[in-house]
Amino acid sequence: MEDAALGWWGVPLAVIAGAIRISTPFLFVSLGECLTEKSGRINLGLEGTLVMGAMGGYGTAYLTGSPWAGVLVAGFLGMVFGLLHATICALPKVNDIAVGIALMLLGTGLAFFLGKPFIQPTAPHLPAVDFGFWSDVPQIRSALQINVLFVIGALLAVAMLWGFRSTRAGLIVRMVGDSADAARAMGYAPDRVRMWSTMAGGFLAGVGGSFLSLYYPGSWNEGLSSGQGITAVALVIFARWNPLYCFYASLLFGGASALGPALQAVGVTQGYYLFNAAPYALTLLIMVLASSSRRKLAGAPGELSVTR
Amino acid sequence: MSEDTRLKYGRAAEAIAIPLMAVLVSMVLFGGFVAAVGVDPIELYQLMYRGAFGTWFSWQNTLQRAAPLLLVALCTALPAQLGMVVIGAEGALVLGGLAAMAAGLPLAGAGAPVIVTQVVMAAAGMLAGGLWIGATGALRHRRGVSETISSLLMVYIAVAILNHMVEGPMRDPASLNKPSTPAIGEAYMIGDIPGMDVHWGFVLGVVFCIAAYVLMFHTTFGFAARMVGGNVRAGRAAGLPVGRLVVLVTMLGGAAAGLAGMIEVSAVHGRANATLAAGYGFTGILVAFLARQNPLAVIPVAILMGGIGASGGLLQRRLDLPDATVMVLQGILFVVLLASETLYGRLRLPVFSLKALLPTASGKA
Repeated sequence: MEDAALGWWGVPLAVIAGAIRISTPFLFVSLGECLTEKSGRINLGLEGTLVMGAMGGYGTAYLTGSPWAGVLVAGFLGMVFGLLHATICALPKVNDIAVGIALMLLGTGLAFFLGKPFIQPTAPHLPAVDFGFWSDVPQIRSALQINVLFVIGALLAVAMLWGFRSTRAGLIVRMVGDSADAARAMGYAPDRVRMWSTMAGGFLAGVGGSFLSLYYPGSWNEGLSSGQGITAVALVIFARWNPLYCFYASLLFGGASALGPALQAVGVTQGYYLFNAAPYALTLLIMVLASSSRRKLAGAPGELSVTR
Repeated sequence: MSEDTRLKYGRAAEAIAIPLMAVLVSMVLFGGFVAAVGVDPIELYQLMYRGAFGTWFSWQNTLQRAAPLLLVALCTALPAQLGMVVIGAEGALVLGGLAAMAAGLPLAGAGAPVIVTQVVMAAAGMLAGGLWIGATGALRHRRGVSETISSLLMVYIAVAILNHMVEGPMRDPASLNKPSTPAIGEAYMIGDIPGMDVHWGFVLGVVFCIAAYVLMFHTTFGFAARMVGGNVRAGRAAGLPVGRLVVLVTMLGGAAAGLAGMIEVSAVHGRANATLAAGYGFTGILVAFLARQNPLAVIPVAILMGGIGASGGLLQRRLDLPDATVMVLQGILFVVLLASETLYGRLRLPVFSLKALLPTASGKA
């Protein structure tokens, strides 16, 4: 077997490859959630958006033959869910966390309902760029088969960091997130800013979902997302609402998710299921270490309900 | 009519009218949805009614499904009195079932008396669930970690622990393609209520809901908890042990969900395996919110949700709808219900002038 040729060296390589491959949905959801949370609202419904995006993207790609049309439709579906979340949360006395949970349930239900016909057929996949052409080792080559969406996500993280720091729009989002009253005093409508932020966040989460069904694992079924959306929400807190840290954190989570399968490939089967829990346990651990009951987290938007 | 009674009745009328309206609006929306996919909504609702409450058989099926929901909903409803949003009941249920098996199997193997075994299993399930959700309360209090996110992450960890145990240390070698723990045996299982096809877990669930209601609304402990829920700072200023309350109430909620897991393994499945994570924990969140976090209101709502779940099979067979149909209905119901929260204190019911009540009825905004 080819895996045996590398022996134990295959493990770190598989982890790195997995980090790049698995991190993309984490990256998109966390960037989207980062934007939403920066505007002072938390959208836990992105898990549902992710599943909805995966289904819609796959269905579209199957029907039109174009994976990129799938990505676009997935994004628009995500935007619709973002709009729904924003509209309901703008009503007085409505809890944004609870609405998120409700939309998680609705999105998952709708995706399972409408996605039934797409479980069997195969849709065209998203293309990958071969960065490993210089190597003869098949594992290295496959590890460096990098999807375009990953590259877009990485660039987006940098762009968002810059955007929050130095653009007018970024400043408005941050101001609304830190103090709705201050924003109102300056003549901005917090609810409208939050609506656009939540919609953009939903768009990104939908795109992240389409990566799941159109590239890796690369098919639509009901077990496709097992909490990646919600892990990504926690990841934003861990990343301290910094888009670039979201990128690093996504890589870390992708790597943690790849650890179990990588160890299994070299014959370590003990505790396979426990390794599956690694990303969740890691998130929890980091949240515990990073939080404190006495002070606010550095960088936390002042209006955010989970940090109050 | 005095101002006081008016306030009381006005609020009660609101608490009934608004959820009813939300249910009706959801039914219309869901009806539109199924009509869009080519199913006659009237026929669908008739079938749902028949599958849920139409016959004695379907009633029993409904109550059977309501049993875990009663307990699991408490896992969200109790911490909600403290202003916390706990959504990790599924994890407590799964571990409760696993712990109950871990405690019960050796006892059953040694031939212990049935009642002793069942009590020990229930205690083990409650302890496991209580510690699991109690941990999120402790983390919230000690480190300021959001209980919503930590409890949800812990669901995935709990399911992984369950899979690990039933694939490895606790696996019954005879369970080939569906790994399970050994079966507890017919003799040690929780039986049915005499004359019915509904197991005792339903009664246990109702008792727990009533007990939780009494605890929260008719004891000093509950009063203190709700005071902290209303305003943490005021609670601290009044000298209430906020941290202890947070941990205790989350533990109680987790214990209820853990008991639900014990009931599932010892009344329904007879063994622990992956089917324990059947989504009851997530439906329970909806039940708790629909009941407006009131343990007493959980009882009818859990029966309603149990009925919707029970009718799913009939919808699949008769109308050829996917099993996710019920999830869509639940999702719509949940979304509409939360949106309707905004009406509290603003609804002009014809019987009572609510305008006079506005300042009090708006409660905690």
